Amino acid sequence: MSSLRTVRSSPGNSPETALSPELLLKLHGLMVKARVLEERLISMYKQGDGYFWIGGPGEEAFNVPLGLLIEKGQGPQYDYCHFHYRNSGTLLAMGAESIDAMRQMKNTATDPYSGGRNFVGHFSKREWNVVPVSSPIEVQYSMVAGTALAQKRAGGRGISIVTGGDAGTAEGDFATCLVWASRPANPLPVLIIVTNNKWGISTGFQGQHGDKRISDRGKAFAIESKTIDGNDPEVAYREIAQAMEYVRSERKPFLLEAVLSRLYGHSSASGANKTNDEADCLTGFEKRLEERKLVGRAQMDEMRASYTAELLLAHKKVKEEPQPDPSTIYDHIFSEKDLVSGAANGGDGFAGDGRSPKGGA
Amino acid sequence: MSNMVQAIRMALHVAEERHGVTDIFGEDVGPPLGGAFTATQGLKTSWNSPLDERGIIGASIGLGLAGCRNVAELQFCDYAFNAIDLLKLAGMTHWVSNGDWNLPITIMTPVGSGIRGSIYHSHSFDAMATRIPGFKIAMPSNPRDAYGMLLSCVVDPNPSFFLVPKALMRVRGNPGDEIPGEPGDDRALSKMIDAPLGDRSNWKPQWPDTPDEFIPFGQARVVRSGREVTVVSYGRMLPLCAKAAEALAAEGIDAEVIDLRSLYPYDWQRISESVRKTGRVLYVNEDTEITNFGEHLMRRTTDELFYELKAPPKLLAGAFIPGIGLADNLEMASVPQLPSITESIRSLARLEP
Repeated sequence: MSSLRTVRSSPGNSPETALSPELLLKLHGLMVKARVLEERLISMYKQGDGYFWIGGPGEEAFNVPLGLLIEKGQGPQYDYCHFHYRNSGTLLAMGAESIDAMRQMKNTATDPYSGGRNFVGHFSKREWNVVPVSSPIEVQYSMVAGTALAQKRAGGRGISIVTGGDAGTAEGDFATCLVWASRPANPLPVLIIVTNNKWGISTGFQGQHGDKRISDRGKAFAIESKTIDGNDPEVAYREIAQAMEYVRSERKPFLLEAVLSRLYGHSSASGANKTNDEADCLTGFEKRLEERKLVGRAQMDEMRASYTAELLLAHKKVKEEPQPDPSTIYDHIFSEKDLVSGAANGGDGFAGDGRSPKGGA
Repeated sequence: MSNMVQAIRMALHVAEERHGVTDIFGEDVGPPLGGAFTATQGLKTSWNSPLDERGIIGASIGLGLAGCRNVAELQFCDYAFNAIDLLKLAGMTHWVSNGDWNLPITIMTPVGSGIRGSIYHSHSFDAMATRIPGFKIAMPSNPRDAYGMLLSCVVDPNPSFFLVPKALMRVRGNPGDEIPGEPGDDRALSKMIDAPLGDRSNWKPQWPDTPDEFIPFGQARVVRSGREVTVVSYGRMLPLCAKAAEALAAEGIDAEVIDLRSLYPYDWQRISESVRKTGRVLYVNEDTEITNFGEHLMRRTTDELFYELKAPPKLLAGAFIPGIGLADNLEMASVPQLPSITESIRSLARLEP
């Protein structure tokens, strides 16, 4: 998908290959687009055009590269995405439309992710293997072994990617993920991502964890692990690419911790106001792009203004769209069809799953 | 004739051979043990999971999302509470994605008392299961129903609970209720599909050629026809109800016994037809009585059949206590037994305004 795949099979090497100017500008454009979307979602909330906001402003430097590197598609040959509710930048980088997140914000019938049923940021898109995002934190870490097992069996290079925050690693599901992904009889192709914003809702890191690095927890399971600067999109792109390549080719897990910022608090429950205490990944990156003369300030301001104007129009449009009809509450409790069937037919069934009469799978 | 655990095993064999089941897994489910109750011996897709209920349900969901139809076992339903939010999420996957995803998974778990299992091997799960919308729920009372209902669970594109009354695992069906294709001789069947004691590493089962037989969700069975009082039950309590009804016939009480079999969807038509006929209904199950599934059925009976009734609808259920005590006397006093069921039917049949 990307124009540049500077990946090596041995993780831990410091990546030195520079990203191409085209890729840097693409990253920047998507980061701005993602930030503007979050700002619009927050203003929708504040204007009463949505009941709740939660999202990922401040995580763009990590989320956008992640989205660009995902092998997007349906079924085990493509990547399964077990996201949390701060991945809007990832969805946009994968090709989602901003207006669709706004539809979910306004809980319209046209919301493609949940038809007005779920909060903003709770994406779901089978066509791209994006499984439904849920409000309870960390549950996705218990599910990811299942898709990864199917992928290992199917063969190919598809991997399962799971994202969540640092505070959520206190849940047992994180341990479940480490255990299930790293069993010697059947290691699984899981990219385990922890975005560490050093917050658990209102509780700071010091009140949450004794582990200096969350990635250290991978060591006990012999899982390749790394902590990176998630506020630097160049670092993030290279490190995600490298970790992904390891998981794709070795068919083993990798634990990637990205330290990054949370710029508008936990959610609208904590006010959704901008904090000036944390580094803004866009500021640093834009300064660098200017210094390298890849793009000028005026041009960047113009792009931002253009996205802002576009989303203002989208906001107006979404306000006019219909709300779900009350009679639809009983729709889709049960499926008549096996929509996911066929997804598993990518392989011969049981090769390489470690299942044997002598030991567990 | 097979017992329930053998019937389950044969159904799972058919499921993995002919219905695309890719994984049958859980604690001790794979070789060498083949399940705490031996329900998964000899199956080619069975494997042992870590001792982690959240991981088991999570993996089941993940496999299902990837199109792998699977049967995940919780060794005892008592340990499902550790994973209740994941079960909630499984139940809502189709709904919350507005119809985009479905989840073809079966959660199989032994339920109820009757084996002197003490506090953590005696819980019931039927009321809890019916509190998780999005699941279909099967609870058989005999081997042939177990066979046909488990096959319905695995081919359904939705999450299902297959609740196995553990006290009935070794019980055989009534004559005439054989699964087609199974040998009539118990010992012959055992030789074919029960793993030998000791070293099993070279053992392979010889599966009888049993057919696809699906007992649809939402289809109750009239176990005994009667005119005076309707008894609706399922699972372990059902054979007790049938026995009580037979005994009461000698006293001139003609009870109709309905095996609900499927708790959701459930066969309201069958219940209501019977209650319209008898005017009296007793619901029997062994789950704790407060916020019991039988209470829902009573509410609906009152709402929809009030003017058909000759007596108030009744519920006989387990005592509302935190657990089932180990001692014989404690267990017997905690859940309905044959004498209390018999007396409940008798007094309802004779109740006059």
